[in-house]
Amino acid sequence: MKTRTRTRRKVTDLTVRLLMIGCVAIALIPLASILETTAVQGGRVISWHFLTSAEPIPCTITNATPTCSYGGIFPAIEGSFIMLGVAALIAMPLGILAGIYLAEFGQHRWGRLASFIVDVLSGVPSIVVGLFVYSLFYILAANPEDVYSAFSGSIALVVIMLPVVVRTTEESLRLVPRSVREAAAALGIPRYKATIRIVLPTGGAAVVTGGILAVARAGGEAAPLLLTALGNRLGFIGFNHPAEAMPPLIYQWGTSGYGNWVADAWGMALVLILIMLSLSLTARLILARRARLIGGSA
Amino acid sequence: MTAPRGRVARSHRRRDRVLDNLFVVGTGAAVGVVVSFVAAISYLLVVQSLPTIRLFGYRYLFGVEWNAPASIFGAEPIIVGTLITSAIALLIGVPISLGIAMFLSEEAPGWLRTPLAALVELLAAVPSVVYGLWGLLVLVPIMQNQVNPDLAATLGRVPGIGPWFQLEPSGGTDLVTAGVILSVMVIPTISAISREAMSAVPRSQREAALAIGATRWETTRTAVLPYASSGIFGAIILGLGRALGETMAVTMTVGNHINGLPTSLLGQGQTIASAIANELNNTAYPLERTALIEAGLVLLLVTLLVNVVARLFVRRVFRGGETPS
Repeated sequence: MKTRTRTRRKVTDLTVRLLMIGCVAIALIPLASILETTAVQGGRVISWHFLTSAEPIPCTITNATPTCSYGGIFPAIEGSFIMLGVAALIAMPLGILAGIYLAEFGQHRWGRLASFIVDVLSGVPSIVVGLFVYSLFYILAANPEDVYSAFSGSIALVVIMLPVVVRTTEESLRLVPRSVREAAAALGIPRYKATIRIVLPTGGAAVVTGGILAVARAGGEAAPLLLTALGNRLGFIGFNHPAEAMPPLIYQWGTSGYGNWVADAWGMALVLILIMLSLSLTARLILARRARLIGGSA
Repeated sequence: MTAPRGRVARSHRRRDRVLDNLFVVGTGAAVGVVVSFVAAISYLLVVQSLPTIRLFGYRYLFGVEWNAPASIFGAEPIIVGTLITSAIALLIGVPISLGIAMFLSEEAPGWLRTPLAALVELLAAVPSVVYGLWGLLVLVPIMQNQVNPDLAATLGRVPGIGPWFQLEPSGGTDLVTAGVILSVMVIPTISAISREAMSAVPRSQREAALAIGATRWETTRTAVLPYASSGIFGAIILGLGRALGETMAVTMTVGNHINGLPTSLLGQGQTIASAIANELNNTAYPLERTALIEAGLVLLLVTLLVNVVARLFVRRVFRGGETPS
């Protein structure tokens, strides 16, 4: 009797463990499939020519010549980098300043509330962010064609990036030991100088990581750009004109039904994933090294 | 000699005090700008959707017809579509995520934890448009040829829920397909936060259970899960927030059928986010534009509520876990 319950309990334990391992396996199947499909399909079209050329025209039934598939994604790469760069230039200083406040001076009720609101902002769906910036430019624009522009795309990406930058800055500065601030105060160094010259560099690597993560998050966003930057076959022709970017173009080409465009969408997906993965890998390595350093000194 | 030096020191101190105050005000202003985005988003969406709010009132939420030329806009189909796809996502995603979280927090050997957790987190690093592309070209054919007919042949025969599993000519782009993709996309969120909640459970809890002869699973069930339950709940709600607002992957797989309530889960549908992504740039009707912005407002309010609730739960856990006892 006793042995039987014990066996049953052991069997249950083993079953549950197998179920858990099954869950991990189930989650890794789509990941493997996505990475494999992207690598195989994307690998077929990717080349130097693909990365540096103007966009191809679609291969239709009436236009199934070999030349129609001749082209690349340079306008999308260019547009993505320009809009992400401008967005980072705005979001990084603003977000780092806000993060400094929340970490250094935000120990009161309003500071905690602000910190909470930043969390909530990161939960606002990206399509709503796009809708917001679209509405903003719809009100400001003189005529309807001016609603869509590289600039409005950048602003949408700023709103996506901000909560990431603020959160990582705040968290990394909170990790800086209190004693560092106290030592600075004991030497008579004013607070602002201590923060900028001592606290910020101590948490510096993590702040940079925050920037990288923000760019990685915004770089994969298609929805907000769909409503703001729109797309532009010609590439980047000024901040007041629509601009191409990789994520929305993957959507456009992937759903177009034209063979060469769908194939090129996979190529673009491979480029995008490689960029995203190397960004988050870099961020992870910086964080891991920093964790080791802090762990070693403590 | 002493007097001027004292004056210099005093003026330095005064300058430092002024700069210190400026620093607090400056960084505080940056916080103000960031926080004001939430208010600005809400305000602008309300203002922009006023025409439809005035015209339809609450009937907008319950109307089932979306007919732009006739100026009739009812958002119930897209609201229902959003809820259905998110519900499917949680139904599939939550058990898998909790299994992963329990395995990584309680069962996995130390050397396996970090690489496995990193792999699961990779799911979050894949851009949603790539999920959509994969869904469209890999998952949709599988659903169309295999899963949907199987569902119709099994669940479709069960009385009560049967009508929801009738085959429709969806071409594989339907509510279930979108829900399945979403279930993959919520896994990294739910599993990572639940795992953190479980890892925050004090060691002594587990040791107490193990000491009285509990097996590993009994320890997890009786000592870890109850303790972490509120964090796990917060994690699930955060996953829900992600599923509700997800746009690209859903837009590419849900079929985008905006008119009328969905009659089967195997039929085409539309969510709030996919309706906005599909229609906003193409509409020629000013009223449809504001109707879509109002849909975005509904989505914003729901996700704000969901996020506030989730963060409250998640925070409570970690504050509780951090306090030294």
